[in-house]
Amino acid sequence: MILFGLCAFLVASSGVPGLFLRTRGGLAAAWLMGLGALAGLAAAARALFAGGPSLALLHTPLGTQGYLRLDAVGAFFLVPVLVLPACGSIFALGYWDDRHESARRLRLLFGITTGFLVLLVAAAHALTFLLAWEGMAVTAYLLVMAEDREPVTQKAGWIYLACTHSGTLCLSAAFALAASATGGFLFTPLPMGFAATSRGTATFLLFLAGFGLKAGIFPLHFWLPGAHAAAPSHVSSLMSGILIKMGILGLIRVLCLVPDPPRWWGALVLVLGAVSGLLGVAFALAQHDLKRLLAYHSIENIGIILLGLGLGTLGKSTGHPALQALGYAGALLHVLNHSLFKGLLFLGAGAVVHATGSRDLERMGGLARTMPVTAAAFLAGSWAICGLPPLNGFVSEWLIYLAAFRGLAFPSSSWSVLAIAALATIGALAAACFAKVFGVVFLGQPRSPEAASAAEPPRAMRLPMTILAWACCAIGVAPVLVAPALARAAGAAAGLAGPVDLGGMAHLTTLSFIALPMLTAAALIWVWCRKGPAARTGLPTWDCGFTAAGPRVQYTASSFADGLVSAQRFVLWPKVHWRRIVALFPSQRGYRSEVPDPVLDRCAGPGLARTARGLTGLHFLQGGQLPLYLLYILITLVALLVWMVA
Amino acid sequence: MLSDILIALIVLTNFTLVATSRINKAIQVAVIQGVLLGLLPIAMGLWRHPHIVLMVVAAITVKGWLIPYLFRRATRKLKIHREVSPYIGFTASLVLCALGTGLGLLLANSLPLAPGSRFALFVPASLSTLLTGFLLLITRKKALMQVVGYLVLENGIYLFGLMLVEEMPVLVETGILLDLFVGIFVMGIVINHITVAFDSMDTRHLAELKD
Amino acid sequence: MSDSTLVQSLHILLHILTAVLLPPLIPGLINKVKALMAGRTGPPLLQLYYDLAKLARKQAVFSRTTTWVFLAGPVAVVAAGLVASLLVPFGHAPAPIHFQGDMILFAYLFGVARFATVLSALDTGSSFEGMGAAREVTFSVLTEPALFLGFAALVKVSGSLSLSGMLASPGFAISRATGPLILVLAGWGMVFLTENSRIPVDDPNTHLELTMIHEVMVLDHSGRPLALVLYGASLKLLVLGALIVGPLLPRTSHPWLDWAGFYAGMAVLALAVGLVESATARFRMNRVPQFLVAGLLATAFAFFLLQA
Repeated sequence: MILFGLCAFLVASSGVPGLFLRTRGGLAAAWLMGLGALAGLAAAARALFAGGPSLALLHTPLGTQGYLRLDAVGAFFLVPVLVLPACGSIFALGYWDDRHESARRLRLLFGITTGFLVLLVAAAHALTFLLAWEGMAVTAYLLVMAEDREPVTQKAGWIYLACTHSGTLCLSAAFALAASATGGFLFTPLPMGFAATSRGTATFLLFLAGFGLKAGIFPLHFWLPGAHAAAPSHVSSLMSGILIKMGILGLIRVLCLVPDPPRWWGALVLVLGAVSGLLGVAFALAQHDLKRLLAYHSIENIGIILLGLGLGTLGKSTGHPALQALGYAGALLHVLNHSLFKGLLFLGAGAVVHATGSRDLERMGGLARTMPVTAAAFLAGSWAICGLPPLNGFVSEWLIYLAAFRGLAFPSSSWSVLAIAALATIGALAAACFAKVFGVVFLGQPRSPEAASAAEPPRAMRLPMTILAWACCAIGVAPVLVAPALARAAGAAAGLAGPVDLGGMAHLTTLSFIALPMLTAAALIWVWCRKGPAARTGLPTWDCGFTAAGPRVQYTASSFADGLVSAQRFVLWPKVHWRRIVALFPSQRGYRSEVPDPVLDRCAGPGLARTARGLTGLHFLQGGQLPLYLLYILITLVALLVWMVA
Repeated sequence: MLSDILIALIVLTNFTLVATSRINKAIQVAVIQGVLLGLLPIAMGLWRHPHIVLMVVAAITVKGWLIPYLFRRATRKLKIHREVSPYIGFTASLVLCALGTGLGLLLANSLPLAPGSRFALFVPASLSTLLTGFLLLITRKKALMQVVGYLVLENGIYLFGLMLVEEMPVLVETGILLDLFVGIFVMGIVINHITVAFDSMDTRHLAELKD
Repeated sequence: MSDSTLVQSLHILLHILTAVLLPPLIPGLINKVKALMAGRTGPPLLQLYYDLAKLARKQAVFSRTTTWVFLAGPVAVVAAGLVASLLVPFGHAPAPIHFQGDMILFAYLFGVARFATVLSALDTGSSFEGMGAAREVTFSVLTEPALFLGFAALVKVSGSLSLSGMLASPGFAISRATGPLILVLAGWGMVFLTENSRIPVDDPNTHLELTMIHEVMVLDHSGRPLALVLYGASLKLLVLGALIVGPLLPRTSHPWLDWAGFYAGMAVLALAVGLVESATARFRMNRVPQFLVAGLLATAFAFFLLQA
């Protein structure tokens, strides 16, 4: 526990030296964060492998007891919580250095947010959990508002704050209900039969709403795209990689503490996962802002994690331990994998934005030639997020698929087949989207002068991307490395005392060995290709003999995605702005298409505006005079007294 | 018995506050009320508990010295005038205060206190003080008088809390004291700003800020 | 016993040899059938072998817009195809590598091949190849679920979670699962035609930009990379064909007869493809999604029939 406390202290204070040092603040922050990460990883390893969870009692000043307990699930979540901020603070050395006026504030807040996150994964008491949750939410809001002069950033920050506070409201109510059932605020298992009552249903729905607002489950996702696009890239990687996973952590803890969840809980989580996954990736396809696109992909991956959780909970309800273990293991591994590759992708996006000065996909192109390391790292991230072997995204999706296929043998097979169909479609759509992103940004010819003059980012920015890319490859090529930790974490999530028998159910060792023949074959074939007669290079693309080939003739991002977007227009409702060409010699015409977010821009926005207009009728109650307001208070007080007494 | 005398004196100060039109006199009476309140635990016979003695000392220091000091600091540059005609005239305010005390007595009979306990007079006194404070806040136009009203309000809450001072941790009473101190401090700053902005302490000018 | 391990290793050896050497014969067979149906003699059966040997001697040309991603496309296609061929059983002998859940790896290996091909197409900066890439990814959204739903149906019937168990299961034709199985194979047949760019989805012989999907993605390759492209396409024909031929083969008493049966089955499949290509015309591009949805519905319906 000392290691854990040391870790929390180091990461939380990583920004503090930067307040006093003039130039080396970033370096100090990176060192402190790295040391804290090492301490935390050691603590996590100890919690995962060396015996049972470690207990620590903290007495808060309020006189109550706040528990911190690092069990296997918390230790598993601690790994991405520490790795991503460490990479982010190294990235910030080149990306958001002291030339920006908000660099010191950002470093301080970055460290404090990570500190709250570290406390959150170990919280075992409702008050500690809520304290750390609120702290994390508020500091994340301050991080998002780093460039708070822009109105777009302000709007995104406000929407994020409103959503996260609504989530905390739901969580407080849910914790209160749960405490009334267990008799205390500690995380103890709920009594049998509680889950089937109406109070149990209300508790579950409130937890789902509260954690869903944080995790970005459809339709509570609408704060994600704006907030992720507005924040600096290393903050976006923190938010996408870890912050939204805290919602998943909360859900896992809730599901772990319920001994007899009804079947509809697992089914609801599964359906929400399928909807989030499909709609997330569909909306991602239609974006042309690079970071908004990546944010929608986070929603999609949360959907995949929920598919795994739903399958696991269905296994728990129907009493099939194999289904439960595989579902939870797949979800947990996808949490780790997604943090790694989404963090990598956001850092890559940050490097691209830093080099070209724009987030618009239609302004990029051909960056692989001037930024080869960034391109390779981004390719690794894209390969992983599409779930393609031999990288890590495939391993976690494979575990979830396996859980679904196993579930086919049981009576809940209609949900399993929904999971299989959803996962297959999500995989194909994600591959389409990332082929578009990588192809339009890095390949082909540059579409704007900024893209043509882009340069490779400094080494401080390349290093964390390389680290994360290697981590993705390592977990993908050799999943046996994470299998023991995963088995223990899945066992803890399923409520067992020890690890689940993951090796018996899923042959991760065989999967590890598949990568070998694949890479060997690829290497041999590559060598054979190169060994042929000397190649001629430097000629223009043949392009069927088209001589006027230039950057403007290439496929754009919108045209690449157009087939799928127009196929899904009943779901996406794209807005297209163009005037038809009617004359023989028309003047200049333009075409613009966009896909506004369905919940935010079509439901919540107009709905709130209409409500506000309706409520202006009550303006007369606001006299503007202070005594009037005080009179209101007095009247309320007297009325309450009289009512209480009568 | 001593505590009953003190409580009666506190209720008298309520009436005085409501009837006066001179701001200086109102401040002095409020300070006296605060000191009386501070002495009340001693009169209740609780001097054996060391933390209560500490609290008494703190209360008398804050209400008898610190608050008047803050008032003096806030009004050093201002010329203290009389209170201009309030929303409700002085006679009417007096009648309302008396009605409020009566209401407090009525309510106190219905609240579930053990009969014959020594706290029988506390509840009506505290409710009366509360209502007096509210009355001052609502009906007076000068900002300083409103601050005095706030002070009296907090005194009322403090009085109510004294009923439970043996059982509750000192935290609550200390909290009220802190609340009071911070409130007066902030209001001192605000009054200064109001006077600078509007060249007058009349709070009706604040209504211009409404959009 | 050493006998059975010897036999097993012989089976594995034959499997590998088939996977490496057989593929170019299949397009040759298809083209021969098409030619005979059209009243021509057509190219010899071994034409693709000669083409590959010729291309291996030719010089490759790389445009200045391309990077290493351009070469990685064909390499990934062949590598993924070879590994996939190790996962799928040819006939009733189990595949050299089999484990629970290998069908998922199988499907995603083809995803790897598709992703790499699309990226190498976008690498050239040419609008034609971008167009082919866009169409390819659009249609893959419908073929992937069809493939997986077929797997789900087969898992439900055979109870095995491995390709070698699902496809090599005996007695399909006489069990109650005949109806659903036919639906699954029909759906997979449509997926087969799409993935291998056969008429009626895509014409492997045309080079008009309005009608191409796969052909247009490989316009700029030459020399050894082009040889890899052609070999990879034929490898895909073999591997996906084995997926369809497997459940249809009856189980015989002797394992070597099973192999002969497999070869015969592949020949029949090539014949059928040739006949379909000769007899039908290409769909208009906006009819292709409807065709694919029909395939998806076939496999979904098969699953629900098994559910009931």
